[in-house]
Amino acid sequence: MKSRKIQMDTIRKVFRYIKKYRVLLFISILLAASTVALTLYVPILIGNAIDYIVGPGNVNFEVVAKILVQIAFAVGITAIFEWFMYTINNNITYQVVRDIREKAFRKIEILPLSYIDSHPHGEIVSRVIADVEQFAEGLLMGFTQLFTGVVTIIATLIFMLTINIKITFIVVILTPLSLFVANFIAKHTYSMFKLQSETRGEQTSLIEEMIGNVKVVQAFSYQEEALKKFDEINERLEKYSLRAVFFSSLTNPLTRFINSLVYAAVALAGAIAVISGDVGSTMTVGGLSIFLSYASQYAKPFNEISGVITEMQNALACAGRVFELIEEKPQVPDADDAVTLKNASGNVVFDNVAFSYVPERPLIRNLNLEVKPGQRVAIVGPTGSGKTTVINLLMRFYDVDSGSIKVEGIDIRNITRQSLRENYGMVLQDTWLKSGTIRENITMGKPDATEEEIIAAAKAAHAHSFIKRLENGYDTVISEEGGSLSQGQKQLLSIARVMLCLPPMLILDEATSSIDTRTEVKIQEAFARLMQGRTSFVVAHRLSTIREADVILVMKDGDIIEQGTHEELLSKKGFYANLYNSQFAQ
Amino acid sequence: MKKLSVYLKGYIKESILGPLLKLLEASFELLVPIVIKSIVDTGIGRADKVYIIKMCLLLILLGVVGMVCSVTAQYFSAKASVGFVTKLRRALFRHIGQLSYTEIDTLGTSSMITRMTSDINQVQTGMNLTLRLLLRSPFIVFGAMIMAFTVDTNAAFTFVVAIPALFIVVFAIMLLSIPLYRKVQQRLDRVLKSTRENLTGVRVIRAFRLEEKEIAEFDKRNEELTSTQIFVGRISALMNPLTYVIINLAIIWLIHIGAIRVSKGLLTQGAVLALYNYMSQILTELIKFANLIISITKAVASANRISAVLDVESSLVEKESEPQGDRSEFIVEFHNVGLTYKNAGAEALTNINFSVRRGEVVGIIGGTGSGKTSLVNLIPRFYDATVGEVIVDGINVKDYPLKKLRDKIGVVPQKAVLFKGSIRENMRWGNKNATDEEIMEAINIAQAGEIVAQKKEGLDFLIEQGGKNLSGGQRQRFTIARAIVKKPEILILDDSASALDFATDAALRKALRELPWNPTIFIVSQRTSSIQHADKIIVLDDGEIVGIGKHDELLETCEVYREIYDSQFKKEEK
Repeated sequence: MKSRKIQMDTIRKVFRYIKKYRVLLFISILLAASTVALTLYVPILIGNAIDYIVGPGNVNFEVVAKILVQIAFAVGITAIFEWFMYTINNNITYQVVRDIREKAFRKIEILPLSYIDSHPHGEIVSRVIADVEQFAEGLLMGFTQLFTGVVTIIATLIFMLTINIKITFIVVILTPLSLFVANFIAKHTYSMFKLQSETRGEQTSLIEEMIGNVKVVQAFSYQEEALKKFDEINERLEKYSLRAVFFSSLTNPLTRFINSLVYAAVALAGAIAVISGDVGSTMTVGGLSIFLSYASQYAKPFNEISGVITEMQNALACAGRVFELIEEKPQVPDADDAVTLKNASGNVVFDNVAFSYVPERPLIRNLNLEVKPGQRVAIVGPTGSGKTTVINLLMRFYDVDSGSIKVEGIDIRNITRQSLRENYGMVLQDTWLKSGTIRENITMGKPDATEEEIIAAAKAAHAHSFIKRLENGYDTVISEEGGSLSQGQKQLLSIARVMLCLPPMLILDEATSSIDTRTEVKIQEAFARLMQGRTSFVVAHRLSTIREADVILVMKDGDIIEQGTHEELLSKKGFYANLYNSQFAQ
Repeated sequence: MKKLSVYLKGYIKESILGPLLKLLEASFELLVPIVIKSIVDTGIGRADKVYIIKMCLLLILLGVVGMVCSVTAQYFSAKASVGFVTKLRRALFRHIGQLSYTEIDTLGTSSMITRMTSDINQVQTGMNLTLRLLLRSPFIVFGAMIMAFTVDTNAAFTFVVAIPALFIVVFAIMLLSIPLYRKVQQRLDRVLKSTRENLTGVRVIRAFRLEEKEIAEFDKRNEELTSTQIFVGRISALMNPLTYVIINLAIIWLIHIGAIRVSKGLLTQGAVLALYNYMSQILTELIKFANLIISITKAVASANRISAVLDVESSLVEKESEPQGDRSEFIVEFHNVGLTYKNAGAEALTNINFSVRRGEVVGIIGGTGSGKTSLVNLIPRFYDATVGEVIVDGINVKDYPLKKLRDKIGVVPQKAVLFKGSIRENMRWGNKNATDEEIMEAINIAQAGEIVAQKKEGLDFLIEQGGKNLSGGQRQRFTIARAIVKKPEILILDDSASALDFATDAALRKALRELPWNPTIFIVSQRTSSIQHADKIIVLDDGEIVGIGKHDELLETCEVYREIYDSQFKKEEK
């Protein structure tokens, strides 16, 4: 069965993570074995004691007292061992979880952007958080109970055999019925759990979208529609959950019933054996009591194991999803002989570059461009013409399909990503701020900046005045995704962050479009100072920004259709001239 | 937790019958030691094989009936707990959708999502366990004690001492662990936040080479979570061993007393066996109970977190009734309006006064943080003005049912957000009954017609979550179309043309002017070119109006406006 193979594979991978803790695991196993043995031994002692308490005047107090002391010791040791065993298991489980999460997170940091852009964030987060958590809980339960269960079964069997073989036989024949039933149920509920978990994932995606963007939902009074969509998935989830929960819960009552059958059979056979003084071994009332407690003990691990098996199947399904993420193909790693780019002068060459996100929709075809150090390159064009894509390629967020981009004459695929990106200062269209203080956000690129440097950068970006007006100034904590700052303020902070680093090349993607032109002029002056002798790529729509450029690239449908300075392009009376003149249209 | 029990309403039958059936089943289990006692004392004592067989058949009968009760009970509890959680999820989703912007800002998106997913799952598990097992175990424990009294009053007092001791241990550990579990959930939240941030901010993080730092921070948070979990585990691990010790000490005592009393002829051997069985039953049930408590405390912690969200009332109080009022000549009026955000130090808007006639095009311009978005957010009542009144169509916005108010207004927010689904579905957000013709009309007005023409699926083209498979400018145009589909009386464009080039921007403005139902249009923009032909321009500076009027007037009278205008054309003049 294919799912069985996948399960085995996942189990093997889980073991790889546990390997690190095998010493602890071994100790835990030893403790488990001892605990089980002692726990099973105690009923024997009690049974023996009962045998000496026969009737009026027929009680051997000396022996009973000795046995009671033995019981006390056994119990004490068991308790201590048991606590240690639980603690060790906890340790192992949570540390394995931590290890896996660490791996998953590290993988996220090197996943190609194409994966992150095309997979709902909620789903990835769900794997790292919820799936790992469910897997941990299943693992914890499974681990403790599976092993103790198996040992209990073996030890009980041995103990029972030493008392009476025939009755042991009865127990052994009837008990597997339990297992059979449990197995049957487990097999049929795995697929139910899978359905439940898939539907949950679907619902989480919807929740992410609607609640993540609840302001837009409200602006369009879409709540009712969203609720309808939610209800549809919710009802399906209810159906699948009910099925999964109910059917998996059947294991307990059914196996308990089989136990009661065993119990009755043992009582019958045992009582009769006591009466008839059976051949093989003399059964006593004490022996009967031991057998009865064993008979119920014997079945318990089967009960637990079956419950555990269901839990573990669920846990494995979760683990499978996590490992899928961890094994996802990472971005092409830096070549072994990759060069570290230091202090680029800003010489960038696009050589016959072609790229598309999806092969059927070619985006950039045949881009050729040579940028000299210190030049300002403005990229303009209608939306969808490929401008943001140029940035994705410059920063190596995506790699070109054919052709090459060279910086300082070196193909950027032969430069380490870190050093390449270090040479760029990037301000994006979609501002993103980290939750933390304003200071932490500004010092993103240069964490060891001095207070003077931070304030200077903030002043240069015209962010200082609004920061000072905030409750805690630079120590103000920004909530997730920028919280209550205005779009413009967020952009000023992104600019300050770049101004602190002073990189040799700049990439600005419509950075100043949410800022009024008054402030923008002042920033442009500061930028102009920054850009002195620095190569910069500016994707913009504001003609006031474009006018200062050394080269304007006019893009349309992935191609550069015009190239030149503002005056040159105007005189050509082509596409650019049209675009410019429409600024004065009604 | 009690407040949440409202959601159990449809399942009262199941929530009561379930546990009751379980108790019935438990009672049968309690009878077993008595049956064994009689087998020993009567059956073995009198060597009566027939009696023994009869008793064993009785045991089997008890087993069968017990099973039937149990299965039915489990069905009921599954139904009730799954149903409860389904209702709860819906209520939570609905509630969050109704919270005002202020509450959403305070609660935070990640946290709300955790509560709808992880916390709800914990509650379902907890509820199911509660219905199935919560009553059963204590019932058996006390039942065993009572049965023990029927066997021998004297020895049964051991139970009276042991059971409270056990409960004290169980509850002490529980009380210690609940706050710790809350801490675990909090730390889990932070790990989730880290993960999420690294996905939403992936470009910035990689551009600033922060991967190593992020990994270090994640490791730290992850480690904190793990150490808390291990610590809590250590405490809850005490439960089983401690209870085991107490029970076995009680058993030792029982045997001791039993021995004495049997010797004196006050007790039978069978009775000692029965007492021992009852004590063992208690042990089994207590272990189950203890583990149950752990699961339930986790569920209770989660339930409290969910309750906390449900308790947050929207600060926007909505009037249910239809508003009464005359149609005034002004469609929007601001009277002495001031706005201070919750937890803010200063006013975001001060003393805003203006009136707008139907059909006017109003431009709003000003520096960053001057209050432009805040101002337009007051019109559809996304926030409430803290001072003064906002009047729409002659009636105070606070007097409208929210939906009625927002139906009049089409908003295009600054950040263009589209949702997973076809273009058609996205456009229907504006009007769910819009025909394809009406949709295409709106799309053409928004200058997005060519985008649809380029896609071979046309309106069926699937937009991915977040609109990722469209460029920024395309997204913006679609969000504008979405608002136009609504055919609103008031259209608010909050810097919505920022990603559009000039040609498109100009064509859009022309198309908007020609809309047949003549809406009132508010344009918030940075470009004087976008608003200079407006009927009325409001110039904001630092939350106050520093100029109202037409372009030419403002050039002469308003310094701020002049500066802005000049900065756009300054180089041109040179």
